Amino acid sequence: MSVALAPGHTRRPSLARVITVLAIATAVIAIAALMVGAATLSPARVLAALGRGLGLELEGSHRDDLIVCTLRLPRVVLALAVGAALASAGALLQGLVRNPLADPGLLGVTNGAALAAVAFLVLGDGLLVAAPGALRPYVLPLCAFGGALVATAVVVSLARVLGRGAAADLVLIGVGVAALCGAATGLLLFVATDAQLRSVTFWTLGSLGGAGWDVVVPVAVATALAIALAAVRASSLDRLLLGDAEARHLGVDVRRLTAQVAVVVALAIGAAVAVCGVIGFIGLVVPHLLRAWVGPGHRALVPASALGGAALLTAADAVARTIVAPAELPVGIVTALVGAPVLIAIARTRSAA
Amino acid sequence: MALASEPQAPAPTPLLAIAACAATVVLGIAACARGRSEAHADPATARIVTVGGAVTETVFALGAGERVIAVDSSSVYPEIATRRTIVGYQRTLAAEGILALEPTLVVAAAEAGPASTLEALRRAGVRVEIMPAADSIATTGARIRAIGAAIGSADTAATLATSVEAAATRATEVAPRTKRRVLFIYARGGGTTMVSGKGTPAAAMLTLAGAESAITAWDGFRPLTAEAVVEAAPDVVLLPSRGLDSLGGIDGVLALPGLAATPAGAARRVVALDDQLLLGFGPRLPAAIDELARALAAP
Repeated sequence: MSVALAPGHTRRPSLARVITVLAIATAVIAIAALMVGAATLSPARVLAALGRGLGLELEGSHRDDLIVCTLRLPRVVLALAVGAALASAGALLQGLVRNPLADPGLLGVTNGAALAAVAFLVLGDGLLVAAPGALRPYVLPLCAFGGALVATAVVVSLARVLGRGAAADLVLIGVGVAALCGAATGLLLFVATDAQLRSVTFWTLGSLGGAGWDVVVPVAVATALAIALAAVRASSLDRLLLGDAEARHLGVDVRRLTAQVAVVVALAIGAAVAVCGVIGFIGLVVPHLLRAWVGPGHRALVPASALGGAALLTAADAVARTIVAPAELPVGIVTALVGAPVLIAIARTRSAA
Repeated sequence: MALASEPQAPAPTPLLAIAACAATVVLGIAACARGRSEAHADPATARIVTVGGAVTETVFALGAGERVIAVDSSSVYPEIATRRTIVGYQRTLAAEGILALEPTLVVAAAEAGPASTLEALRRAGVRVEIMPAADSIATTGARIRAIGAAIGSADTAATLATSVEAAATRATEVAPRTKRRVLFIYARGGGTTMVSGKGTPAAAMLTLAGAESAITAWDGFRPLTAEAVVEAAPDVVLLPSRGLDSLGGIDGVLALPGLAATPAGAARRVVALDDQLLLGFGPRLPAAIDELARALAAP
């Protein structure tokens, strides 16, 4: 159905070409990101450390190994996974609500995760003590993930009970739930101590500093789910672009599709937010940019967005961890600095056209 | 329907352009990076990173400032410390950034983190020593000794700690027992103004200086409200100098809700002291007690 939606489809690049180009760009950026950091290591030393990580017998120091294999590599992989999660979820959500300005905050996902995380940071000392030692580092991400899922579950079920479970209901109720979560977060910040506030600020601006192999896997799995859903339900999602009623006439179970997308988006965003806090603009800007190139069809748009988001966040994080070295900027500041002007430029182009 | 009406011209690949720019920036930063000398294992020639205002102050007071290669952003005293490399805020330290400085020892306040960064530093062979918190004369002395032990200056530290403890005790003894009720205001800008209850470092300083916290109804800090201020009826308002500046001087403080109606407001008794001096609980504790006591006792 994407053909019907895209009259100029003959000029659209093929899916294979889109994916190839983006995959190469992403790989180049990922390799460049591995090469840079606060510590000065020549590319040869980085490659040698990577080689030793793979079990090769190469000359080099333990410090190089630690910096490349324990600090940089998981961080770059996490940036790839989180960027892909944010952008593919953004693409799905923008299609679902038929609004290119929709972002993951719309379903209450981000605010739900933020509320749970802030609640833990401010009130959670008891929870931390109760948790078994091995689980302690994961209590905060698990809280945030739980908050994201609960907020989305509330939004989707309210939309089905109070409305017809369609995208418009989802948006209205999502904004309401997000505002409620925001208010509750504000209440918590009101009673927070200075130290707690600092932790919260750090968390809400996002950082990939907590990267480790243990947190990369869940994000990657959630992202894979989002892309898989897009692949399986691409034609239904494309039909949904025509409008709920039209899609229904074309045989789409709109309620079911809406709930599926909401759950997958909550999984992907929830996992991403849980691991690295709130990172803005990736989910908004990347699908938007790529739609102009690959068209609105979900079969191409979602995987392309995943790659684009991975590349953009990896580059942004490389800037965040080098530009004020030896300190680090929250990566959310970098993505907003890049994202906001791009968004404004897009708005200008659209109104000119 | 907005998606269906997208402009159809085959746009260039804007993302690639952005990505290329980002990569260029990144590589450019890498290109202007610096060389570092080799690390030393001997404590006397250790390359030290200090984290936390009081820790930095103590290390410099122990005469080990020469060995300090970097400090965190809360280390604002002595002035020479602020000209060292700054590794960022103490709660959000970055492992690679610190490793790049090739330290052999990190002496950090209890607040330092995140834990993953400290762990990565330890795995890289950097000795990481976490110092206890301090909010009394005894714990101030204990922390000075702990810092001395960490940097291999235990004897100097013992002498310093003993003299700081003695001087602080004397300062407390000679401080006029005004029993003035003092409202400590912590303003951090952006409209959030907190007031101290009991159990805070600020309340501890007030007790040492012969005064007391005007608010005893709760522990820790809470947002300032007009009614709480009026009920507390403070004789004096105390705030860190940076807080005074952010509120716009004494007139700004007295314009806070409820303050004008208090004894402190009527007499315009607003005292501001340097943040690190007032709340640092470091080697300058005796001076801080003395200065605070005198300022609070002023008519």
